[in-house]
Amino acid sequence: MSNLRIIPRLDIKGKNLIKGVHLEGLRVIGDPQEYALNYYQSGADELIFMDIVASLYGRNNLSEIISRAAENIFIPITVGGGIRSVDDARHILRSGADKVAINTAAVARPQLISEIANHFGSQAMVLSIEAKRIGNLEWEVYTDNGRERSGLNVVNWVKRGVELGAGEILLTSIDREGTCEGYDLELIKMVSELVPVCVIASGGMGSTDDFIAAATLGKADAISMADVLHYKKIDIETIRNAALDAGLAVRKVPG
Amino acid sequence: MKTKITLLDYGMCNLLNVARAFQHCGAEVVIAEDPATAYNAEKLVVPGVGAFPDSMRMLQLLGFDDVIRQFVITERPFLGICVGMQVLFESSYEFGHTAGLAILPGTVESIPCKTVNGENQRVPHMGWNPLLFPENNLLSWEGTLLQGLKNQESSMYFVHSYAAIPSDVQTRLADVFYGGHNLCAAVQKNNIMATQFHPERSGKLGLDIIRQFITM
Repeated sequence: MSNLRIIPRLDIKGKNLIKGVHLEGLRVIGDPQEYALNYYQSGADELIFMDIVASLYGRNNLSEIISRAAENIFIPITVGGGIRSVDDARHILRSGADKVAINTAAVARPQLISEIANHFGSQAMVLSIEAKRIGNLEWEVYTDNGRERSGLNVVNWVKRGVELGAGEILLTSIDREGTCEGYDLELIKMVSELVPVCVIASGGMGSTDDFIAAATLGKADAISMADVLHYKKIDIETIRNAALDAGLAVRKVPG
Repeated sequence: MKTKITLLDYGMCNLLNVARAFQHCGAEVVIAEDPATAYNAEKLVVPGVGAFPDSMRMLQLLGFDDVIRQFVITERPFLGICVGMQVLFESSYEFGHTAGLAILPGTVESIPCKTVNGENQRVPHMGWNPLLFPENNLLSWEGTLLQGLKNQESSMYFVHSYAAIPSDVQTRLADVFYGGHNLCAAVQKNNIMATQFHPERSGKLGLDIIRQFITM
């Protein structure tokens, strides 16, 4: 297994880094460039940028932000939000992204997953799943940044997505997102054990204990967090040290 | 004066990020879209992302296959990255069997989907792992592409489903340990250097490798 990855997630609206609760109730935090560069320099293993209103307007507006960020950031960058075609994906990858994360457009037309995987490789095709719990060990896939029900069951959808060529899963719990109450461990564990590709757990980190639980109990390959970093409640070094103390393998970052 | 680095453009998406990393490290980047520009490079870099058969097809279509073979015998520094490393070998088993450039002896084969203990493991191998001295008695990276890095302490970013198996163990420069298997992470044979990981995506230590290549 590779080292457990620590992945700051930056949700963007217009030019601003923002944050919400349950993917709603947005608050402006600041300039995404400043935060992204700081996370890179403090030892983040990757970054995720999400244009969270893109699906609403039908396009991703992050190419300029990504293009500027990629001038000084030399770790993998995943970009999501409003990517609906191979051409959209190409535009974002040419701006400096390494991977695209797709949710709404893939639910609408699953074949898009194969098209992107065939053009750019599975490693560049991240299937983003927004999951809402609807029963005991049962979750429904939502689209449009947690606004719309899809009627799809997470188990069936994630299996189908991997068959179609998704190389990685970004798994966000809508119930936990922005709450700082911890990750939905049952959801993460179920998906991690179901698919052969890497799973990034997202949504709910409030403490380093939550981070460790997502790795040990949830069996996530990578863990993304937002509020705790943006509001400077916890820094990346603290997360890394907590992981090392818990016996988890994380990247040794040069000083 | 800035050192000139020539990047081979054969239709791969990650060219921009490789270019930015070299520029960030103080090099002047030239993009080679034709064989002559590539052949006249002071130092040539072949990046790569995606599948082996597509990459070979594009190299052949654009006439870059012969140029790479001719370039490496001039003893000028050459760096292959990811698929740009894999194409140096004789053949790959990705989607059938495809011939490579055969500059280095060996094949490219799929990463085992089981650990040595028989457990399922993630393929593609995606993420950060430390570089290790290979099992060929190499005990120092001094004077190589990896000069300055520390055995077992310098992690790089990998993303690959296939890995090279060099038949000349002396060319093996670094390994990576994955599910109990030793995979080849980097090779060097004199002026011919290549990494399976992405130095342009491996943070500060990745940039150190790029700086080292610039000075070679």
